[in-house]
Amino acid sequence: MPIRHTTALLAMLLFGTAPLAQAADKPTDPQIAHIAYTAGVIDVAAAKQALKKSKNKEVLAFAKDMVRDHEAVNVQALDLVKKLKVTPEDNATSKALTKAATEERAKLAKLKGAAFDKAYVDNEVAYHQQVDGALETLLIPSASNAELKSLLETGLKIFQGHEQHAEHVASMLK
Amino acid sequence: MRPDDLNRRLWSAALAFAFAATPAAAETIEVTIDKLVFSPATVEAKVGDTIAWVNKDKFAHTATVKGGWEVMIPPNKSASLTLKVAGTIDYFCRFHPNMKGRLVVAP
Repeated sequence: MPIRHTTALLAMLLFGTAPLAQAADKPTDPQIAHIAYTAGVIDVAAAKQALKKSKNKEVLAFAKDMVRDHEAVNVQALDLVKKLKVTPEDNATSKALTKAATEERAKLAKLKGAAFDKAYVDNEVAYHQQVDGALETLLIPSASNAELKSLLETGLKIFQGHEQHAEHVASMLK
Repeated sequence: MRPDDLNRRLWSAALAFAFAATPAAAETIEVTIDKLVFSPATVEAKVGDTIAWVNKDKFAHTATVKGGWEVMIPPNKSASLTLKVAGTIDYFCRFHPNMKGRLVVAP
């Protein structure tokens, strides 16, 4: 199961339930910035794949919304790290997110038509749920800079909104 | 009738007219969108009033009524709608359905 795979990985890395995560209990601001940015980049890449492969009007509109919103969040994130003179720092969580997303895209690449649409939208629901969880329980509480925390809070509302939007699209595909 | 009386009557007629006309004057009511929140979340208005949504976010939003109208509100822009029907209207943002607002429109 692609969804469960991503979920398990995130849980392991973000919630410290696996030996892998022992070194990284509480992420630093440069790491948090990197994770948040990576989470956005991943969703834009997934959306771009959907824009190429899908023919479904709802799915295409949703994917366009994802590209637009996540690119807007990431522009704000880059502006903020520049202002704060923080250099985003790659870390195990970012790497694991990217790896899981690359695998997911490879799986989706093999699907077509309605099967692709369903897999993409289902993964979007699961992915946004996971990122919501990580933001709420780990990234926001760990952020020490107030502006970074505020941007993450806005990011959480965006992700929660996308999750509901994805659920709506999923219900229309049935 | 003394000129004073006439004057007073004219004035009161003019005032009565002015007061009768005031409640019908349409207003523009502003709803700000900041960090994915409609504020105020609930607005009381009347038919003929205009709602102006002012989007302070860098994200596009909508004010959408399920099975009804939709107003697109681009980032850092405003959009408005004149209310034509009385009633309580719940709306949300189609892009971020966790954003919710309500208009209570009097006849």
